[in-house]
Amino acid sequence: MYDFLTGPMLWLTFIVSFGGLLVRVILYIKGLDQQLDRVAYRAHLSYGIKGAIRSILCWLNPIGARGWRIRPGFTFMFFLFHIGLLLTPVFLAAHNVMLQDALGISLPALPSFLADTLAWIVVVGGVFMILRRIAFPEVRILTTAYDYLVLVIAVAPFVTGLIARYAVGDYQFWLLAHIICGEIWLLSLPFTKLSHCVLFFMSRAQLGMDYGIKRGGMKGSSMAW
Amino acid sequence: MPEGKICNKQPINTVEQLQLTLADKSGIKYYEEMEHLDVDTDKLWASIQKTMKSRTKTWLEICAHCGLCAESCFLYQVNGKVPTQVPSYKIQSTLGEMVKRKGKVDNAFMRHAMEVAWSQCTCCNRCGMYCPHGIDVGVMFSYLRGLLYSQGFVPWELKIGSGMHRIYRAQMDVTQEDWVETCEWMAEETEEEWPGLEIPVDKKDADIMYTCNAREPKHYPEDIAEAAILFHVAGENWTVPSEGWEQTSLSMFAGDWECCKDNVQNVYNAIERLNPKRCIGTECGHAHRATVIEGPYWVGREDGLPPRPYIHYVEWLAEALRTGKLKIDPAKRIKEPVTLQDSCNYVRNHGLKMITREIIEYIVEPGYFVEMSPNREHNYCCGGGGGFNGIGKFRPQRNVALRKKMEQIIDTGAKLVIAPCHNCWDAIRDLEEEYHIGIRWSFLKPLIISMLEVPEHLKPKEEE
Repeated sequence: MYDFLTGPMLWLTFIVSFGGLLVRVILYIKGLDQQLDRVAYRAHLSYGIKGAIRSILCWLNPIGARGWRIRPGFTFMFFLFHIGLLLTPVFLAAHNVMLQDALGISLPALPSFLADTLAWIVVVGGVFMILRRIAFPEVRILTTAYDYLVLVIAVAPFVTGLIARYAVGDYQFWLLAHIICGEIWLLSLPFTKLSHCVLFFMSRAQLGMDYGIKRGGMKGSSMAW
Repeated sequence: MPEGKICNKQPINTVEQLQLTLADKSGIKYYEEMEHLDVDTDKLWASIQKTMKSRTKTWLEICAHCGLCAESCFLYQVNGKVPTQVPSYKIQSTLGEMVKRKGKVDNAFMRHAMEVAWSQCTCCNRCGMYCPHGIDVGVMFSYLRGLLYSQGFVPWELKIGSGMHRIYRAQMDVTQEDWVETCEWMAEETEEEWPGLEIPVDKKDADIMYTCNAREPKHYPEDIAEAAILFHVAGENWTVPSEGWEQTSLSMFAGDWECCKDNVQNVYNAIERLNPKRCIGTECGHAHRATVIEGPYWVGREDGLPPRPYIHYVEWLAEALRTGKLKIDPAKRIKEPVTLQDSCNYVRNHGLKMITREIIEYIVEPGYFVEMSPNREHNYCCGGGGGFNGIGKFRPQRNVALRKKMEQIIDTGAKLVIAPCHNCWDAIRDLEEEYHIGIRWSFLKPLIISMLEVPEHLKPKEEE
């Protein structure tokens, strides 16, 4: 089981997941339409690219957009959650051992204390997001079961990973559960809202181009759109 | 009844139909008929499939339901923060639902969607600046309005407005003759005080072609006279087209995209015909958006630009003050607290935030200008944008919407509000009528004229 999950299944997961995300990016770009979107993408490409980069950078920076600045508490939690979500799986020592075995390469590994902290942040952040959805009427009205499912998919590998790491209960069981949850996580990327891991950049770039070309960029205005 | 006599899927294209619809006071019969209007679900879905591409599709899909857009919406704020006013909810429960059901929606759904699209969103695009994913609900509501319009679910006034544009190519029933006569009349009226003043119609190869908002010839022709005075004093070589002079687009508010294209093409034709070096539009945000920002795309211009440089009035005014074409008498500068309304349509949507402040520096004594909070691209809609001002059915909701601007103005302590946009001007007038907070409001033109330093040779000769 373990060999299958970390062997052929893992490869399939990577292919579907990363291939799927690539397809989504390509489809996004192909679906842009100068007349329907009302943005002259081609004619003013340099303004567009400038706007796109600006838009992405402003929102990747926790103080780059007014939207982040006016909510420091949320922003802090939100950034930590995403940092944990992205860094931990890539730089975890245990994952890098697998990478070393499979391909003979490895990435710098996180010290275990830091990896643990990040994983805990993801779990706590997930709980915080669930509570937020329940507590605030303006978020509650938007929330559907699907939103909870996406959160569960996103956080489950971290919960199972932590249980396995602290060897609570049956280690083998939790290790397999962790691998399965991780693979579900990866497989969900192209097919669910988790696709925002690439579509965030596409959407921001598009609006950034809109702003850069039509809504002020060519008038020399700088808005963190 | 699949389609009503006045409420139906056909745009108003004839004077008879227009009169028939106008005769239905307040649209009472119109809205009655709407309750029985069938939805052509196949056509609706086909249209969605054809026009909903990457952008809107992705926006609907990846919206994380985080609620960060809530606070950004002034309608959410002034309506007691009811969750149904959260921008994301408003669009997900209308357009989102329509897409989810593959267009299979019923009459009640469409009427509800109409109410949300025209009374709960002014397409001010502010929420787009607060969404981490860059989801602009205003853009999506504009799209939804198009779908609703095509099925006949559009407020009575906007059906009429769009019909006016289709028939008269103006948002009001101002014909080409009416327009030219108004120009002649205003030139005559003004010439006594301003010798040599002209309003040249259809002059070829002028430096400037001036276009305006049909409200001006219809309701306040003095605005045209004021524009003429300022061009005259600035020594500009300018003209107005006899046809293609109207740059607003109620059809844009209505979602009648076919009509939008026709209107803006009419203006662009005038540009091609008269060959001016550049065009200047009046103090109107939505007119600027229609003709300069969105218009090029409606007519399919590859570069997304009008055929000639086309600037908003504030851009010309700032330039005229900067270059000394117009000079302000320092003694006549404004010496009372004064604030400025940033129009969404040319500030948030075209980056003209600093240019109006440059004008302020010339006309307001230092220390008297008070910014609203927030301001510039973060400013709130006047409360009546996107057609909201004109829809009788939604007047109560509009009056609530005005409260945000009222609070903002009261907080500045200013009694004078400069509003270089027809729509904002109207909303601020209405808010004073509704709430009596004791303010005055003005376009830039009359203010500038009142403080001009007029060169001797332009003054009327004293008759002894």
